[in-house]
Amino acid sequence: MAAIEVRDLHKHYGDNHAVRGVSFDVEPGEVYALLGHNGAGKSTVVEILEGHRMASSGEVSVLGFDPAAAAREFRDRIGVVLQTSGVENEFTVREVLDLYSSAYRTPRPLDDVLALTGLEAKADERVGSLSGGQRRRVDLALGIVGAPDLLFLDEPTTGFDPSARRLSWDLVEQLCADGTTVLLTTHYLDEAEHLADRVGVLGDGVMIAEGTPSALIDGISGTVVSFQLPESIETTDAVSTFGAVMDAEVRLSGRLVEATVERSTSVVHRLTGWAVEHNIELLGLSVTRASLEDVYLQLTAAPNGESS
Amino acid sequence: MSDYPSNLTLVVRQIRYQVTYFMRVPVALFFTLILPIVMLVLFNALFGDNTVTINGEEWPVRQFYTGGLAAYTAVSATYSNIGNMVPIRRDEGILKRWRSTPLPTWTYLSGVIGSSVVIAFTGALAMIAMGVVLYDLQIDWAKMPAAFVTLLVGVATFAALGMALVSIIKSASSSAALVNATILPLAFISDVFVVTEDEGFLHNLASIFPLKPFVNAFQNCFNPFVDGSGFEPGKLAFVAAWGVVGGVIAVKRFSWEPSGAPSRRGRRAQEAAVEN
Repeated sequence: MAAIEVRDLHKHYGDNHAVRGVSFDVEPGEVYALLGHNGAGKSTVVEILEGHRMASSGEVSVLGFDPAAAAREFRDRIGVVLQTSGVENEFTVREVLDLYSSAYRTPRPLDDVLALTGLEAKADERVGSLSGGQRRRVDLALGIVGAPDLLFLDEPTTGFDPSARRLSWDLVEQLCADGTTVLLTTHYLDEAEHLADRVGVLGDGVMIAEGTPSALIDGISGTVVSFQLPESIETTDAVSTFGAVMDAEVRLSGRLVEATVERSTSVVHRLTGWAVEHNIELLGLSVTRASLEDVYLQLTAAPNGESS
Repeated sequence: MSDYPSNLTLVVRQIRYQVTYFMRVPVALFFTLILPIVMLVLFNALFGDNTVTINGEEWPVRQFYTGGLAAYTAVSATYSNIGNMVPIRRDEGILKRWRSTPLPTWTYLSGVIGSSVVIAFTGALAMIAMGVVLYDLQIDWAKMPAAFVTLLVGVATFAALGMALVSIIKSASSSAALVNATILPLAFISDVFVVTEDEGFLHNLASIFPLKPFVNAFQNCFNPFVDGSGFEPGKLAFVAAWGVVGGVIAVKRFSWEPSGAPSRRGRRAQEAAVEN
């Protein structure tokens, strides 16, 4: 039996049809990442699976339970790391963990939780005195304190510094080794690529692609050509100038010019020819295989600078 | 697989947690327990030598204040404390976080209500003790069972009304204003800070609400000129009726999330309405 089964899930908020017929399965022990920009419906889907929202229609089964019934048995077996959720600031990390763990049947030993989340040194400090990243670790710690079979991670590393992100990735990997199923939503494509066994991409409430990260990347069979925008070209002209030179759809993020192309050799040939002709040095010119990010950008076709 | 902790263990633990939480929030501690004590000291310094006439008998004001402020402390520990703190926890997402755990939701609410009852009794007792030690308050032990029952009914009622207020408050930013706007003016016409006439518009107005009957019933348990056991079934029944109404509103409307995100119950009802 799948850990999560979703069939033709719909959710209306008044006139807003936020989720429109989403179906997917997550197998036991799998790490499944839901991607999509803000408003794509991923948090709504996750909150329905957690039992915090009612579906408008469709079938949902999580660990064999109907999450809408919010049975105690169900909540004992899931761990939830919500996107924004406070913790009792006036309590120490250890007190908070101890308090929340008392609700579960078989809590994970607190020292294990502290070690897994790298909070040993902060155990006796009040939550209110911690930095944003450290608090997010407390969120993670509270998510796993009940030793869940299924862990929901709603943008778990937003606000983390790079080392904290690595640490939480290690944590997810360790949990998977124990057989914990993980449903992850994230804005970081590298996070999904690194952690997820499979990825589902949501756009406007519809599942627009699903598969392993490498299958999705192979699917677009593109190569990414990128370089720094030369000083002599205005940012406003960049897309039209290089679009014409490369004969491809060009994206500009900051001063990075990018295009995902089919025939990179000829594109690079035209591009470098143009650069030599205009006596322009293309800093950081690189030709790489497409990443999940490129897949995502193609699929969701978010306007430049608004993808998130 | 091991069993869940017993309900009793969970409730006791939740009450202890909420009391600890309360003690660690200085502003809650100050307004709930310390301010009424400051008022007691202040009022007695200002008016302590005066007398009030109750049932045709002269009663030293310092004895009058102790009972009234003890009752008020109990109200601020329940109604004001719940009305102020629970919306903050809800806005912060702490209620939603608890909702994700296997803790039975009634256990959490028992912790909130139970802790406010503990704090209310502690505050009222501290006030009475101060009255006895500093202001010559006479304790008539025959009336203490009535004092206990009156306090219990009052505390339960104002805890229920606090939960009802929480279910109406949309966000924590408006909670302090709503709590004070509802309780402070009422306290002025309910014999807490000043003695009011036994008739007239303000008396009639105050008599619609549960504060004055509760304060009067509790004061009378310490009034040497009131005979008998001190029980006032009429007043207590009236106060309790308010508590029942508050409880019903709270149960019907309580939400674990800020009002921007409709409650499960509200959402379900809304959807049922759409489907019909």
